[in-house]
Amino acid sequence: MAHLAMATGFLLILIGFYGALTNRNILRMIVAFTVADSGVNLVIVAIGYMRGRTAPILDAAVTPATAAARIIDPVPQALVLTAIVIGVGVTALMLAYAYKLYEKKRSLDIGEFTELKW
Amino acid sequence: MIKRFIALVLLLTVGAIFAVLLLGYEPDAELNATARYYADHTAQDIGSANIVTAIVVTYRGLDTLGEVTVLFLAAAIVGLVLSQGRQPASAATRRNLTPVGELLATGSRFLAPLIMLLGVYIFVNGHLTPGGGFQGGAVIASGMLLLLLADPLKHFSHGLISMLESLSGLLYVAIGLLGLFLAGGFLDNRFLPIGELGSLASAGAIPLIYSLIGLKVGAEFSSMLASLTETEEL
Repeated sequence: MAHLAMATGFLLILIGFYGALTNRNILRMIVAFTVADSGVNLVIVAIGYMRGRTAPILDAAVTPATAAARIIDPVPQALVLTAIVIGVGVTALMLAYAYKLYEKKRSLDIGEFTELKW
Repeated sequence: MIKRFIALVLLLTVGAIFAVLLLGYEPDAELNATARYYADHTAQDIGSANIVTAIVVTYRGLDTLGEVTVLFLAAAIVGLVLSQGRQPASAATRRNLTPVGELLATGSRFLAPLIMLLGVYIFVNGHLTPGGGFQGGAVIASGMLLLLLADPLKHFSHGLISMLESLSGLLYVAIGLLGLFLAGGFLDNRFLPIGELGSLASAGAIPLIYSLIGLKVGAEFSSMLASLTETEEL
C-alpha cells in the first residue's frame, strides 16, 4: 500500500519534470510543476503510512494511553500541510509572473524570451 | 532533438534514483522517537485531539508563523506585480458579457455562504477533526472563487480583505506573545485552560490561533484570486 502510493508519487514527479523540460508554453510548464509538487506531497505522506494503523486523532477508540501503538506518523502529515500551502503560494507567483511576461511579449512561448540565454 | 534527448537522460537518472529509493524502502513497524513523543504527550500537554494540529500550531508554532508569513509575502507580491501599470477598466472599455443565466447566478449566491460556513466549521474544529486553519481558509477562498466565476466583473474590496488579513495576523502574533508572558513560551497555548479532551472549548488557545490562521489564509487566497481575476482583459 505504502509502496503503491510512493511509486505513484515518484511517477507524478517524473511526469512533472518531463512536462517542465519539454513543453515550450509557460502555462504548461507551471501545470507540470504543480503535478511534480503533488508527487512530492504524495511520497512524503506515504512515508508516514504504517500498515494497520489509523489517523493521528485521539477519540474513544484511540485513547491517549494507546495512541503510540495505534496511530500513523503525524509528522509527515504536518510537513505536507505546510508544503501544500506554500505550493499554492508559489503557483500563484508563477502565474502572476507568467502574466507579466505575456503582457510584455504577447506570447507565452519560452523560446521568445532570450534575454537570459547564453 | 538533442534537448529532448538530454531531458530523457536526466529523467532516466532521476527515475533510477527513485527506483533505488522505492525498492529499498521498508515501512517502520514502530513510531520513531519524535512521533512517539508527540503521540504520548499531546493529550496531557496540549489537550488537542488532533495530533497534527498540535504539531502545526503549538510544537512547531514558530514554523507555522513563518509559513503564514511566506504566504503573506506571496499574496503581496502577486498583488504588487499584477497591479503595476494597470489602468482600471472603465465601464465604456469593458466588453459586454453575456448574462450568466438564472441557474448560475442564483446557485452561486445560494452556495457561496454555505461554502464559507463549511470553511469556518473546518477551522473552528481544527483541534478535534481533520482540518484546520489552512484547509478552512482554502475552502473560504473557494467560495470567493465561485462568486468570481459566476460574475467575473464582481469587485471585492481589497481594503476590507487586507484589513482582515492584517488584523488576524497581528492578533496571531499578540496571542503568541501572551503565551510568552503567561505560559511557557512564544505561541504556548496553555495560558487558557486546556479543558476536556475532545470538547470544542479545549486545547487552550489552539482554536483561537487556528481561527485567526483560517481568516488570514482565506483573506490571502481571496486577494490572490481577486488580483489574478482582475488581469482578465474584460
